[in-house]
Amino acid sequence: MAGSDCLAANDWICGEYVRSRSQELTDATLQHLWITGASVAIGLLLAFPLALVARRWRPAAGPVLGFTTVLYTVPSLAMYSLLLPVFGVSAAVVVTGLVLYSLTILVRNILAGLEAVPEDAREAARGMGYGPLRLLFGVELPLALPAVMAGLRIATVSAVSLTTVGAIVGYGGLGNLIYEGMNSLFKAQVLTASAICVVLAIAADLLLLGVQRLLTPWTRGRTNARAARRIRIRARKAAV
Amino acid sequence: MGAVSGAWTWLATGAHWAGGDGVWHRLGEHLYLTVVCLAISCAIALPLGLLLGHLGRGGALAINISNAGRAVPTFAVLVLLVLSPLGRYGQWPTIIALVLFAIPPLLTNAYVGMREVDRDVVESARGMGMTGGQLLARVELPLAFPLIMTGVRTAAVQVVATATLAALPGGGGLGRLITAGFNRYDTAQVVAGALLVAVLALLVEGAFVALSRLTDPLRHRRRARRQSVNSRGLPKRWVTE
Repeated sequence: MAGSDCLAANDWICGEYVRSRSQELTDATLQHLWITGASVAIGLLLAFPLALVARRWRPAAGPVLGFTTVLYTVPSLAMYSLLLPVFGVSAAVVVTGLVLYSLTILVRNILAGLEAVPEDAREAARGMGYGPLRLLFGVELPLALPAVMAGLRIATVSAVSLTTVGAIVGYGGLGNLIYEGMNSLFKAQVLTASAICVVLAIAADLLLLGVQRLLTPWTRGRTNARAARRIRIRARKAAV
Repeated sequence: MGAVSGAWTWLATGAHWAGGDGVWHRLGEHLYLTVVCLAISCAIALPLGLLLGHLGRGGALAINISNAGRAVPTFAVLVLLVLSPLGRYGQWPTIIALVLFAIPPLLTNAYVGMREVDRDVVESARGMGMTGGQLLARVELPLAFPLIMTGVRTAAVQVVATATLAALPGGGGLGRLITAGFNRYDTAQVVAGALLVAVLALLVEGAFVALSRLTDPLRHRRRARRQSVNSRGLPKRWVTE
């Protein structure tokens, strides 16, 4: 009884809404997830070779970074609108837009991560007879992983949030529900969809953080060493 | 290519630029929103970020607010504010949303800029007997300037982008050209509006890059320092005097 009342009263928080529209919410969440996931995955696949090209062939670095920065400056609504005539009304509009946004962050971070690999580590690997491919995948990439993962987390969280704007072409995942709710002034729908969106972003961020911890067990040791050093220094200062 | 020529024809039609739904009026609204909201958010976030950076406190807040700002969809906040009781007050929901999303980059960059000032320089300025205020105004602020301006530039681009989205729940600005185009299934207008928005965003970005280069209080020194960095990286003023 009280449940239907909250629908009639157009309350912000309404359990009855979540119960009666659970199918709609699940579908929107799934669409949100696959659009975000596909975009970031494609972005990563494209960013990796671009970063390698920019590193190997110096003159390309400026234009690659400059072009991706220009893309990043274009507001999302304009980006989707500009892609509309290319793909028509389809999910490709949103996915392509998000891929272009994630490229900026990913190329920059992969490049920064690879640049930060100590020359000594490279020399040592070469001395051990590592070829260029084994050097890249066995030494450089693992050492660049924290920077790459940091970029991946930023790109993913941004993509979760920007997917909502895809509602303009009908492929915005939870954004579709926000858009509908906006037009029908349906408060519970807007608030519920927005909240799920934020939860998705936080969950994706934590998931990637966990993946990073698993992939780079050595950094945990280093953080401890750093903390231990800091404590030692502080102790010394206190002694003085 | 049809879309590009369609958009060009749309833009070349004088009638589309005049009147209440015309480009000039929407551009005026967009610029007005951008300037007002950027000014409000700078007035709130910069003093706070500089003070926190100067005191070295509240770092967790200053840095995490940027991560939080990224996780919250701008579109959702705009719609939530319009549906809230605030929605009755004309442009206020839009202005509040724009300010909310401009604050994180300003605060984070101001804080990080202040914290990244060389500690040795700060120590020597204190040793010279500078008060906290003098230290902030004469040492920390000039050295942190580039990062502070990066924050202002990011915030300005963010405001332009968010102001575009404000058209979805019925706010003003260039985004209205895009939404009106969608409502009329007029792809030419959608693309023309999107082009105008993209050009505006790029111009704002470029203008702030130029502004930060021209107004950098250490612009001559930074250039000189790049050529001859002294051992501690101290600006020449403190080494020679």
